[in-house]
Amino acid sequence: MSVIETAMANAADTGPPLLEIDGLATHLGHSTNPVRAVDGVSLTIRRGETFVLLGESGCGKSMIALSVMRLLPHSGRIVAGEVSLGGRSLRALSEAQMRSERGGRVGMIFQEPMTSLNPVMTVGEQVAEAVRLHDDENRMRVGERVVELFRAVGIPDPERRTGEYPHQLSGGMKQRVMIAIALAGRPQLLIADEPTTALDVTIQAQVLDLLKKLQRETGMGILLITHDLGVVAEMADTVGVMYAGQLVETNSAREFFRAPRHPYSRKLFRSLPMAEKRHRGLEVIRGIVPALDQPFTLCRFVDRCESAIDLCRLQAPPWRDNGAGGYRCHLAPGIDAKQTAKDTVAPALADEVSGTLLNVTGLKVHFPIQRGVLRRVVGHVKAVDGVDLAIGHARTVALVGESGCGKTTVGKAILQLQRPTAGEVWFDGVDVARLDSARLRGLRQDFQIIFQDPAASMNPRMLVEDIVAEGMLAQRIGRNRAERRALVEQLLLQVGMQPRAADRYPHEFSGGQRQRIAIARALALKPKLIICDEPTSALDVSVQAQVLNLLRDLQDEMGISYLFITHNISVVAYLAHEVAVMYLGRIVEYGDVDSVLGRPLHPYTEALLSAVPVPDPERNRDVVRLQGDMPSPIDPPTGCHFHPRCPRVMPVCRERYPDRFRSDDGRQVSCWLLAPQHDGSL
Amino acid sequence: MSFQPVILWTDALVYLLLALLMLTVWHTRRHSHLKAPWRRVADRRIGQATMVLLSFYVVIGLLDTLHFHPRTSVDERGRAVYSTEVLSLFDVIAGPLRTQREKTYSAPFATHLFSKETVQLSDGSSARGFPRLQYGGAHLSGDGEGRLADIAAKALWGAAKGALLWVVLILPLCGFSLGRAARLLRGRLLQPWHIAAYAAFAVICVFSALWELAGYYHILGTDKVGEDVFFQSLKSIRTGLLIGTLTTLVMLPAAILLGIMAGYFRGWVDDLIQYLYTTLNSIPGVLLIAAAVLMMQIYMSNHADEFNSLTERADLRLLFLCLILGVTSWTSLCRLLRGEALKLRELEYVQAARAFGVGHFAILVRHILPNVMHIVLITIVLDFSGLVLAEAVLSYISIGVDPATSSWGNMINGARLELAREPVVWWSLLAAFGFMFTLVLAANLFSDVVRDAFDPRLREQR
Repeated sequence: MSVIETAMANAADTGPPLLEIDGLATHLGHSTNPVRAVDGVSLTIRRGETFVLLGESGCGKSMIALSVMRLLPHSGRIVAGEVSLGGRSLRALSEAQMRSERGGRVGMIFQEPMTSLNPVMTVGEQVAEAVRLHDDENRMRVGERVVELFRAVGIPDPERRTGEYPHQLSGGMKQRVMIAIALAGRPQLLIADEPTTALDVTIQAQVLDLLKKLQRETGMGILLITHDLGVVAEMADTVGVMYAGQLVETNSAREFFRAPRHPYSRKLFRSLPMAEKRHRGLEVIRGIVPALDQPFTLCRFVDRCESAIDLCRLQAPPWRDNGAGGYRCHLAPGIDAKQTAKDTVAPALADEVSGTLLNVTGLKVHFPIQRGVLRRVVGHVKAVDGVDLAIGHARTVALVGESGCGKTTVGKAILQLQRPTAGEVWFDGVDVARLDSARLRGLRQDFQIIFQDPAASMNPRMLVEDIVAEGMLAQRIGRNRAERRALVEQLLLQVGMQPRAADRYPHEFSGGQRQRIAIARALALKPKLIICDEPTSALDVSVQAQVLNLLRDLQDEMGISYLFITHNISVVAYLAHEVAVMYLGRIVEYGDVDSVLGRPLHPYTEALLSAVPVPDPERNRDVVRLQGDMPSPIDPPTGCHFHPRCPRVMPVCRERYPDRFRSDDGRQVSCWLLAPQHDGSL
Repeated sequence: MSFQPVILWTDALVYLLLALLMLTVWHTRRHSHLKAPWRRVADRRIGQATMVLLSFYVVIGLLDTLHFHPRTSVDERGRAVYSTEVLSLFDVIAGPLRTQREKTYSAPFATHLFSKETVQLSDGSSARGFPRLQYGGAHLSGDGEGRLADIAAKALWGAAKGALLWVVLILPLCGFSLGRAARLLRGRLLQPWHIAAYAAFAVICVFSALWELAGYYHILGTDKVGEDVFFQSLKSIRTGLLIGTLTTLVMLPAAILLGIMAGYFRGWVDDLIQYLYTTLNSIPGVLLIAAAVLMMQIYMSNHADEFNSLTERADLRLLFLCLILGVTSWTSLCRLLRGEALKLRELEYVQAARAFGVGHFAILVRHILPNVMHIVLITIVLDFSGLVLAEAVLSYISIGVDPATSSWGNMINGARLELAREPVVWWSLLAAFGFMFTLVLAANLFSDVVRDAFDPRLREQR
């Protein structure tokens, strides 16, 4: 620990704790059979400390935050425990007093900046409202204070921005406005509930930086809620791991990443996809989080724990405190009874190349912008603007980029769900872009799609059997219902589900199970290519591992090719053979996964990779911070699209879009830095 | 046979509606996701109570739908001769109510006519006075002494009979087990139906008491031609229900098909359908209805020989009114469905179906239609009460149903002028108002419950 860090830690340790939660229990729903969303959670946060609550969805993290704020949903209530802020009990306050605490001593920012702001008020007015309510000193100079706050959260040109409406701001800017609102009351404690989950990695890096900077300046405590181990490593002083309504481990961040004590924490690390695990397959946490509407008499994790001993099934583990933190397990820390069984480990990626299955050249998708009564076309949104891709048999190509770069549109255009404006899509020797819809319909069984949100990709009014069999019906696979039923059951088994699942409705399943059903549905037609559109980004880490392993197994068994559309770099590193990085409708770097991720050549790739938080606080990263947001595809910048944000911009970049250069290891990079006259200047 | 069945046009459509309803019930019972919202409807107290009240109306309406020609005599060769008059099962049940006509107005529970007449006394001399009613309170001696006591006794007796009927109805439902019946009434059954049971008790007792009284008195008075107002109000139930349901049935196929097609296909299909309904929507509805109904009237009077009976003629006019109301009222549902289909077509499961190569028609039927049905259902129940009221308004300005058809609108129309006289004849208006109000209130409350149960957005909030 450096001198400065020690001094800071000492400063943080002195004085009474800022937030103290003791034995908090929050129930939801009917009182006879309540959902025990929070079940006896105790934690303390000191001034200047960042406490990160880590956990999967539905484990009660957000309920803790809402309990502190006393903003529980209508059916929720705090049944036990104490919450005190700066020595003063928040539970004892009247609602009127509590109102001045919210936004006063406690500020809160939410996950979705799009819905947290009122669309019909200017952002300046919304910040001013918070200032008027909570900042007595500045009540006379609200306007100036708003500009100060905007400047503090790093919004450029604050005087002008205060007069704008939320829809005129990008997602990152909106989240900055939300932070400004939270800061208006000069909070001692800031509660941030997944503040960057809805943002792109480069924007996430900006916002996390901003939070750290503000914390240094104001000395406020932060309660950060996240499911992302990378964000934990970036931000945390102390980590609390939530599981099924309880804290199962609290630890200092350093210790947590060095030697996590609870088996669940360890499993979380092992199920993370990473480049290093490429040849091993991911470990999975079997099963799902137990339902919280039951009283627990034994360890909540026992059904998913591989280290479980007999004692775990007899009584609930006690909380073992050991000074800096504690954990809730019968076992001594670090003991894994047995190493992971063979069957949980997927075989390594096959690496042979054989022929091209899909060849996309010059793909363009332009959406006309129509104005006026006569619907005159006044311009085009160039969502995809000249993309070339090739996918071999049994290969995985990852398409990476921030939201709005057109990667999903590429997927839809390849499937002809969105007819391309120009370009060719050669699939197995046929240019599908030129087929009429009748002939295309017959070819459709060869290429399939898996969507991001398994809940939205299945008709809620159909049985799983009918959902899986829909494609067979359309392509006339299976002669009768019984035959199709047999196929459906076989497919469900193949993706690791019970055949009985066929008789149930999709809403009866968890997210991971639903995604398996979606995969079974795609497999039903024995496709040669599956386009995976962010198939794991709606899933928790432990479930993500299950789905990724499944996809990989299927590739090995059936030789399916994938076009993997994602923004998650670690998934790419784990699964893909090749990677294409997209920026504003065009591919800027395209090549072998190891070389692109290991030694990025395009400045955008470099920035994108460096912005990804790594779940390791020890690793020193040179982070290339990108300024600003992605420009609009309606009106892309002249020359290289990336030049306004590029840290290595040259005069030529402003003039002309770079040609496609081939690097020495066979990559295609669209950047003037790679031009021959710059040879060796990298 | 002592009667010859007649199926009027509206009867046929009612049977069709019933068949559809039964098909829906059968389909719903087999799908848990369809059953769940109805269970939520049944779980609500208001839902149970209004359901009972509405089914009371429906039962009366259905009894009034079974039409036939009664046999009048047997001719010389032994063949039955049937009357040209069309009666319904309800007419037969209500027998005396229908036939016991007074001379003119009489107040509710009156024993004498409402207006003075010159009466011939037994001694041959004549005097002006209120003559005794021929049927109302005729069982009372003298000038109607002890009327109040008699009313109370008959009402109690009727209520007691109703209570007995209720017990007879409840017991088989509980499998003749008193323990089960007790648990039902305390709401301890798996599905607590006790509110429905109590509501049924109230409805049956009240109606039974009224029915008992109606045998001896004109409990809601008589109208200008001496017809019993209570009977008229009950007869109007069928008209009200028909207008409320048949109109929907008529407009539903067009609204659903065009609505989801416009939303799903977009492009020129959407433009065409949008132009169609915006055009139709900008024609003032009342004018369109008036023009259509007047044209129908002319046609009917020019082709009077095509109709076997007055009832048939009135029935056709009723059906026509339903049609024209349907034509003017499908646009709002169509617009709603278009919006919803626009949203649904972008959903991933529709995209997935397209990726499978599923045809457009199959997507419409399998993916879009089932997911807009909750909107259709909510619209049907919400529109129902509006249509019942619309009938009253249209009949009031005499472009509604045939004057020979009993309907609440016609009753109000008939009572309109009498409101101006002194003393006021108020009972026709009040009776129509009361019956209509009860139906519309029940329908509105029911539709609220249905909407709460079916609207996915409202469900999540709870």
